[in-house]
Amino acid sequence: MSINQLTLNQIKGLALKREFFIYYIFLTVMLLFTITLHDSGFFSLTNFMNIVRQTAPVTIMAIGLTFALAVGHIDLSIGAVVALSALVGAILLQHVGIPLAVVGALSVGLIVGLINGLLIERLQVSSLLITLGTMGVITGVARQITNLESVPIIDQTFTALFGAGELFGVPSLLIWTVVVAAIAYIVLTKLSFGRHLLAVGGSPKAALAMGIKVTRIRLYALVISSLAAALAGLLYAGRLHGARYTLGEADLLTVIAAVAIGGTSLFGGRACIIGAILGSWLMGMINNGLILSGFSTNEQMIARGVILVIAVAIGVKELKNG
Amino acid sequence: MVRTALDQVALEVRNIQKSFGGVHALQGVNFTINKGEVVGLLGDNGAGKSTLVRCVSGIHSPDEGEIIVNGQVVNIDSPLDARNVGIETVFQDLAMVPEFNITENLFLNREIKHKNPILRRLGWLDKKAMEKKAKKALNRLNSRIPSFEEQIYRLSGGQRQAVAIARAVNWGADIVIMDEPTAALGVEQSAQVNELINLISSQGVAVLLISHNMQHVVETCDRAVVLYQGRSVADVAVSEVSKEDLVSLITGAKTAA
Repeated sequence: MSINQLTLNQIKGLALKREFFIYYIFLTVMLLFTITLHDSGFFSLTNFMNIVRQTAPVTIMAIGLTFALAVGHIDLSIGAVVALSALVGAILLQHVGIPLAVVGALSVGLIVGLINGLLIERLQVSSLLITLGTMGVITGVARQITNLESVPIIDQTFTALFGAGELFGVPSLLIWTVVVAAIAYIVLTKLSFGRHLLAVGGSPKAALAMGIKVTRIRLYALVISSLAAALAGLLYAGRLHGARYTLGEADLLTVIAAVAIGGTSLFGGRACIIGAILGSWLMGMINNGLILSGFSTNEQMIARGVILVIAVAIGVKELKNG
Repeated sequence: MVRTALDQVALEVRNIQKSFGGVHALQGVNFTINKGEVVGLLGDNGAGKSTLVRCVSGIHSPDEGEIIVNGQVVNIDSPLDARNVGIETVFQDLAMVPEFNITENLFLNREIKHKNPILRRLGWLDKKAMEKKAKKALNRLNSRIPSFEEQIYRLSGGQRQAVAIARAVNWGADIVIMDEPTAALGVEQSAQVNELINLISSQGVAVLLISHNMQHVVETCDRAVVLYQGRSVADVAVSEVSKEDLVSLITGAKTAA
């Protein structure tokens, strides 16, 4: 084999790496919409900024879910946590200041994450079943405490901080996305905690044999996932100037699809933060493109489902080829 | 195999007992290993070899008995405890994360942290230092490793075994336990592992070798400890017994004098 062939093969191998799939898909979809929607202003900075802002809560949830998936867990309760955290934040804002309201909302995430984690480890039941159960409980609680009514937020500072505002012309939702993404990226790739998360997901037996506290790491991962969802709830509340029990309801499918298509393994051991972000923007872009093309919400839902199935199919095929 | 084993006891196991429910897996196991010595642990399936390994490496806690390392009784309640007193184990499944590369597996849960004290507290990794040390560790074993960026699942069985052994000795372990290190390997790769065992024992490391392969034990070990139904029933110099004797000890047909 000549040197040229070798490097060519290497480039091929590199180009076909799973982590890069999301870039191709992202660019392809963007190109597709740019061509088909050339007269609707799809390809414009304003529209892309719009997509990033609208997707911000989903992006944050996707980043959080990446941590749960890294250790081999799934977290189905994140959508319900969004609603409860937003409601708790909105209700608290009527009585106390912003800091306490934010702490209250985030502690919803902390508590749910702890409950999820402890139940999974104590009962030794799959995270799928436990978080399906807690999802039901939290949704019920969210509907109960407000009697299905929405809670408005009039605090201007809060809505500026968490949704509508700007800092030096940069939307606060974009700032939240970038900050959370940067922290998550550093934790997963630069810190020993990130190594341990992936070790627990990749081979729990090996992690245990090397003295890693597997149970504790899994618990942390679920708390991170839940906390991110609680933050997403605050972002929704800020952007929409209020909270309602339906918030986050339709996001679960979107988030799982975004993370899966972004290259994070649904079976643990491989996590990709940048993939999760691009995945969530891809989902946002598809929504946006479908709306501009005149498709209905129902059709968008179908599109999301199809994307999830495709992402999972890619993941499973790769798992088998090992 | 003749070695100049030092006369210092590296590991002593005294009257180890372990039960799971009604099953008495270990009912009194005793043996010692000197520094630089290679001792084979033999026994039929169910004789208690794996349970003993798990007790010494911290996966299980023994119900009774003492583990003595370099003359001191130690308490081993977790894998980390075992590693801290200088016992490293090369598990049969190697305990590697397949998606991690060689360096990441070598330093799993023993990462080198950044020099900056603030970053160090955060657990920030010093990847360059780890790569450097990984190269040193594998060079010490004369292993032929293609690239340190290679993920473990892309390596051959022999290469994986070499990485696992390198991880065990890298930490200045006094005692290395190897559970069936050649069971999954071909002839040439087994020979390489034998070379590695000879090399580390010549560096003063005490090796406890669990094996089914009689040939392998005769070739590499100085002594053999035989387990039968959860008890250590024989402790013999390999050069003084025939293979047939060992087999009859393992099957319980004969007891040591």
